[in-house]
Amino acid sequence: MLLEITNLAKSFAGPEGPIEVLRGIDLSLGAGRTLALTGESGSGKSTLLHLVGGLDRADGGRIVIDGSEITGLDDAGRAALRRNTVSIVFQQFNLIPSLDVGANIAFQARLAGNHDPERAHALANALGLTDQLAKYPEDLSGGQQQRVAIARTLAAKPRLVLADEPTGNLDEATAAAVLDQMLALVSETGAALMMATHSPNLADRLDARVHLSLGRLA
Amino acid sequence: MNRAGLAALWSFWRRNPLQLFTLVAGLALATALWSGVQALNAEARASYDAAASVMGEGRYDQIVPRAGDTIAQDTYLALRRAGWQVGPVLEDSLTAGETRLRIVGLDPLTAPAGLGPVSQAGDTPLQTVLAEGVLFAHPGVAEALRDATSQRIVADAALPPDTAITDIGIAQRVLDRPGEISRLIVAERQPMGRPALDRIAPDLVLQPSRQSADIAQLTDSFHLNLTAFGLLSFAVGIFIVHGAIGLAFEQRRGMVRTLRTLGMPLRRLVLLMGLELLILSLVAGGIGVVLGYLLAASLLPDVAATLEGLYGAQISGALSLEPVWWLSGLAIAILGTALAATGALWRIARMPVLASGKARAWAVASTRARGLQAAAVALLLTASLALVTVGPALGDGLIAGFAGLACLLLGAALALPLLLDAMLALAQHRARGVLWQWFWADTRQQLPGLRLALMALLLAMAANVGVSTMVSSFRLTFIGFLDQRLTAELYVGVDTAERAAALQDFAAPRARTILPLLSVDTRLADQPTELYGARVGPSYADNWSFIADDAGTNGRVWDRVEQGRAVIINEQLARGADLWPGDDLAITPDVTLPIAGVAGDYGNPKGQAVIGEALFRDLFPDIRATRFGLRTDDPGDLRDALIEDFGLDPGQITDQAALKRFSLDVFERTFTVTGALNILTLAVAGFAILMSLLTLAGMRVPQLAPAWALGVTRRALGRLELLRAVILAALTLLVALPLGLALAWMLLAIINVEAFGWRLPMYLFPLDYARLGAFALLAALLAALWPARRLARTPAAHLLKVFANAN
Repeated sequence: MLLEITNLAKSFAGPEGPIEVLRGIDLSLGAGRTLALTGESGSGKSTLLHLVGGLDRADGGRIVIDGSEITGLDDAGRAALRRNTVSIVFQQFNLIPSLDVGANIAFQARLAGNHDPERAHALANALGLTDQLAKYPEDLSGGQQQRVAIARTLAAKPRLVLADEPTGNLDEATAAAVLDQMLALVSETGAALMMATHSPNLADRLDARVHLSLGRLA
Repeated sequence: MNRAGLAALWSFWRRNPLQLFTLVAGLALATALWSGVQALNAEARASYDAAASVMGEGRYDQIVPRAGDTIAQDTYLALRRAGWQVGPVLEDSLTAGETRLRIVGLDPLTAPAGLGPVSQAGDTPLQTVLAEGVLFAHPGVAEALRDATSQRIVADAALPPDTAITDIGIAQRVLDRPGEISRLIVAERQPMGRPALDRIAPDLVLQPSRQSADIAQLTDSFHLNLTAFGLLSFAVGIFIVHGAIGLAFEQRRGMVRTLRTLGMPLRRLVLLMGLELLILSLVAGGIGVVLGYLLAASLLPDVAATLEGLYGAQISGALSLEPVWWLSGLAIAILGTALAATGALWRIARMPVLASGKARAWAVASTRARGLQAAAVALLLTASLALVTVGPALGDGLIAGFAGLACLLLGAALALPLLLDAMLALAQHRARGVLWQWFWADTRQQLPGLRLALMALLLAMAANVGVSTMVSSFRLTFIGFLDQRLTAELYVGVDTAERAAALQDFAAPRARTILPLLSVDTRLADQPTELYGARVGPSYADNWSFIADDAGTNGRVWDRVEQGRAVIINEQLARGADLWPGDDLAITPDVTLPIAGVAGDYGNPKGQAVIGEALFRDLFPDIRATRFGLRTDDPGDLRDALIEDFGLDPGQITDQAALKRFSLDVFERTFTVTGALNILTLAVAGFAILMSLLTLAGMRVPQLAPAWALGVTRRALGRLELLRAVILAALTLLVALPLGLALAWMLLAIINVEAFGWRLPMYLFPLDYARLGAFALLAALLAALWPARRLARTPAAHLLKVFANAN
């Protein structure tokens, strides 16, 4: 398995004591497979993605990615994980506003030291961004910005792609088009995909689906 | 990874060139003002050091005449015979063409090793120095000296400026002072059992080495003043840098979060940001150091004139800066950047990776932060009060005074945002009409973004009010002082005692009063003092005013001085020796007089004492007046008679108006440097406002769009932006005025007393303040013009974007 999660737990401090956001999560995902995380707002989808992506630390349980336990990693280790193994697509795109589209696409691959200009160009071409390479994020529509974020993610050749409501900011038609492109490209690269979404339609298009409710897998 | 990270960080500046310019320009200006002042100080100190190393000033004990400036050759020989290891020095000034230079003659055989021509000889054999009469001269005066003497001249840059040094025999010949000696340098090693100095030469006094380093000591306060101004300018510049960095880092929070999300380790990111700032500070520091050099080069002639006019200290007219100065300029730029950026870097280093990427309302002060700020203000103002009141008693009063000033200025700067917010809140509360309510609320919202620029403006305006009040008060006092002292219509100087006697005979029937200017350099109450013998009459009695006297209890001051029963001293001597009316002052070992009055005396650092003419002539029968003040009702006629009938050279006669004009010229030149630094500081503050407004203008669209959508035109929004800048500048001016007056009081009543030994009365100059206020408002208006125009021309599409959901 590429990803194995065992008995994962996470809580946050609240005004009236700790709030349990995740508890007893057991989950696995094989290489090249896709998994939808569904659930209502506040069910813990984003928190689970953050923990798997090394953006936050779990309170208990284990996360093993490609054979390596990540729950005990320090800041630098988790940064290396995000650089080399896992890549995240956010609902808010998180592009670097002062870099043009071309530089944004290449950025994570450069950080990881595996930048391949031909691959970056091919991704831009596949996502219809060839004419936009010299533009800055502020000049793009939301759909175009999300395509740039997807190209950036895939240009770094991650083993595991995490997507947090990647189409949440897009209209239905654009969302469908972006998702088509993302699924095709993930499939091409052989990466695994774990995507949080509210949309049952989008979830249906992935290999598997798990539902989170009140921090537990339903 | 490093390259990618640096490229991303740099891309921010590339996309925001105005902020980059603000940062670099602010830091360059701060560095320029600081390093320019340091260059001036370094050049002056290098000149003092040259004087110390080449001529032993301050390094060796010296024997000097108790009064006058000549030691007889016989006295010197008697000391040598008695075993005293002393070397003679003759020192005097010489005019060669239009160049005035100092000739110093030493005896190479008896001077302590390392002094004068002994070390300067270099390749020139000592015999040559003695036999051929070589004069070693500073390159700046070598050429002029070649035209004035047939002696061989060797240029030597190691010599103090405007100075030539040679064997004492040659100096006596060149200066036409055969057999004369000015002072004796005392070698460090002296034989045991030699007779005491007063047994062989009772007219001479031993001056310990530390006391003879007068120039360095005297000028310390001047250099401290310059340094304080440099520091203030630097602080104003660092406010800009702090603002620029703080804003940039806030705007980059989103980028930082994204970089970390993409796998950039936090530590690496902080290091890269530090490296980025280091590179920027080196670039800006380099520009600042070059600007500082140019600034120092342009101000150096005025500083040299001030130091020579005030202290008789000669410094080189050209900058010759050591590499250490350039490096220290860069170091201060880096230090300033570190000071300005530490807080921002710290916040980035502590920012959780999942924190909001949006820039917080920039530098909005939380309630807790405002409480802390208020506490800091209270602490700083209390510290200022404590330093001013009890500081002088605890140690160095000048340092305590400057520290008190710094606390006052910093405390006021920190208090400004709180005061402005309170004033704006009051205006908002009282506003009638929705537009004005929005305007005041929006202005309050702008305050955090503008506060650093406004603090810089406050400091610059307060410094301007303070320093201009001090200078103008000083000018008024000084003019009054000149009117008191320069009572004679003509001042005449002759070369010899015989000519002086003839002059008195000639002038007696033609002038109303003849005032001989009798004086001798001496030491009273262990202070170097000029002792005057005054021919007391209405010229003195009607004009001099005292800051303290005992006329109420002991009768008219001048009557007692004329009768040889009392002495008048100046404020410098009074404060230096803590002597006041009623105290006794030993004039000579045998004559002690009560002090009858203390007179203000502005423009010299030395003590002065005035006794009656008759007593002076008794005590110093060898001193003959060669300068005279002549009171007359017709100065033109008397002047013509002195030239045509008595044969005086016109250059030997100075009329009162010319002397006052000259004195005032020296005065004005003294404050040229201060004035220039003052204006530069104000300009830097104006620049800070411009840059802040321009930077904020780019972030204003989301705040202005709702008002535009509700029907306020873009043109009206632009006009309101202008009004806002003017109102904020006006409110800052309201705070700056009392702060500036407090600063002026501290300069006049504390710093001046500690630095120069005199206290000046404080006058107010409302017209000057009104002019400064108008200038500040105009500067704010001009600074706001461009940003307001940009806002007024914001395309509607940009405003509409605010309401679009797309990011």
